[in-house]
Amino acid sequence: MNPQRRRTLKSITQIMGLVSFGGLIWSAYLAEAKDNTQMLFPPAARDNFLSTCIKCGLCVEACPYYTLKLSSSGIKGIPFFTPRDIPCFMCEDVPCVVACPTSALDKNLLLTNNKLDITKARMGVAVVDTFNCIAYAGIQCDACYRACPLIDKAIYLEYKSNTRTGKHALLLPIVANDICTGCGKCEKACVTEIASIKVLKHDQVLGKMGTNYIKGWDKKDEERLETAEPQKKKDSKNHALDYLNEESL
Amino acid sequence: MKNYYIKNRFLILRRFTQLGILLLFFLSNCSLITINNKEHLIFQGNLESFTKNERNLAIANTKTELIAPPILMGNLSGSKILDFLPMSDPLVFLQVFFAGGAISLDLFLGFLVIVFIYGIFLGRGFCAFVCPINLITDLANFLRRKLKIENIRFVVFSRQTKFAILALSLFLSFLFGILAWESISPISMLHRGVVFGMGMGFFGILAVFLFDLFMLKNGFCGHLCPLGATYSIIGAKSLLKVQYDLDKCTKCMNCVRICPENQVLDLIGKHSGFVNKIACIKCGRCIEACDDDALHFNLLNFKTKKEKK
Repeated sequence: MNPQRRRTLKSITQIMGLVSFGGLIWSAYLAEAKDNTQMLFPPAARDNFLSTCIKCGLCVEACPYYTLKLSSSGIKGIPFFTPRDIPCFMCEDVPCVVACPTSALDKNLLLTNNKLDITKARMGVAVVDTFNCIAYAGIQCDACYRACPLIDKAIYLEYKSNTRTGKHALLLPIVANDICTGCGKCEKACVTEIASIKVLKHDQVLGKMGTNYIKGWDKKDEERLETAEPQKKKDSKNHALDYLNEESL
Repeated sequence: MKNYYIKNRFLILRRFTQLGILLLFFLSNCSLITINNKEHLIFQGNLESFTKNERNLAIANTKTELIAPPILMGNLSGSKILDFLPMSDPLVFLQVFFAGGAISLDLFLGFLVIVFIYGIFLGRGFCAFVCPINLITDLANFLRRKLKIENIRFVVFSRQTKFAILALSLFLSFLFGILAWESISPISMLHRGVVFGMGMGFFGILAVFLFDLFMLKNGFCGHLCPLGATYSIIGAKSLLKVQYDLDKCTKCMNCVRICPENQVLDLIGKHSGFVNKIACIKCGRCIEACDDDALHFNLLNFKTKKEKK
């Protein structure tokens, strides 16, 4: 019997037990927190933003408008903004991105001819709630349209006749999903009690056509076919008649 | 009275650097805003006091920095000195690496600066001289002495646990693709809270305080903190060491009693030499506690090392 060895074994198993117990709770927390990040990140946030942002807050200090805050829910310390409170003002020199020490805010995503171009930012996409938007109800309002820094590009108005009155026009705000930067000035400007136009993250809003649908009249859309992966045939291998013979219908 | 200052010189120096660094970070995020031709001072970016009838008057007014350029920007996770020299938390760097994030030049340079400073000179001195949690745990230890509950402990686990947690935090970073330790670290909660507003992070700091006060003496820093473990490893060969002189020692054990990592003082009463254990945080409490002048800081002297051989 070696009491020293016994003590060492005991302490090793103790640490292992403690670590696996702690790791279990910890990973449950991380999985939960990571799921909870629908907040809007600063411009030029890269795809793997959560694995690169070190939560130093240099972007928050660089923002000249108090737009950015560090989160205290979900994953704590992540920079985000709430457009209804303070939208992004789309500074041309993009100080928040320049300040980022880790390239979690990636300058390269904004570069056009080696110059920063804030209109390439994709913080989110504005979505109009057509049920509560007063323009869709026939009341004249173009607050979001006027507020948009990319007026007539990111939001444009569609004119329709008001069939209810028969003599008025509806001025309907429509968002161009591919141009909208998600700055949230429209959400800030919206006059309804709760904003009827809201900026959401791309994955909450955008769909995907897939390569089985191609707009043949659009040369650019056809280019998608060049990189398309061949799709597996998903049809059943059984002959069409088999199920009748097997009576397994 | 002068005697008190000399007696506590390292404690005073530590409080000065800890609070000074926090103050510099705090000031760098303070700003002035002009509303209706009146300048207002704004702390932590909080604009709530300008709300009038659902409208916030401060919105769309630009801010001007209080000190330009700020001496110390950002926080302890990542900072810039005079808008030029980057510094980054070494554990944050490792987590970004393991989480598969992008390693930028600034982040890497900041890591090298830290490894250079602490690897060559200060060792685990970060914990004693910079880390703001030290203020919390020292308060808990102080209360322990005052309440005479110094030897109470509800849980006991090895001081090596912090290395296991370090490995675990890197593994979880790898697994989840986020900075695992950063998202629960009470250290980050505290320095971020001071600079950018506290929020719910307060509870994490309270948890550390209560854990140290009632559960285990020096429990967080000594047993759990993976950042301390990181600095231990970085500073394993650092030059600044505490030197012990057996001839002067009267074996009063004041140093061992006050040391937050007292297992590093295993040479007390046995032989002269340097405190070589990597867990030593170089706080200098043992030097202050010693009435016999048997302990003092020394840049590791290579000559004495040779003589020993």
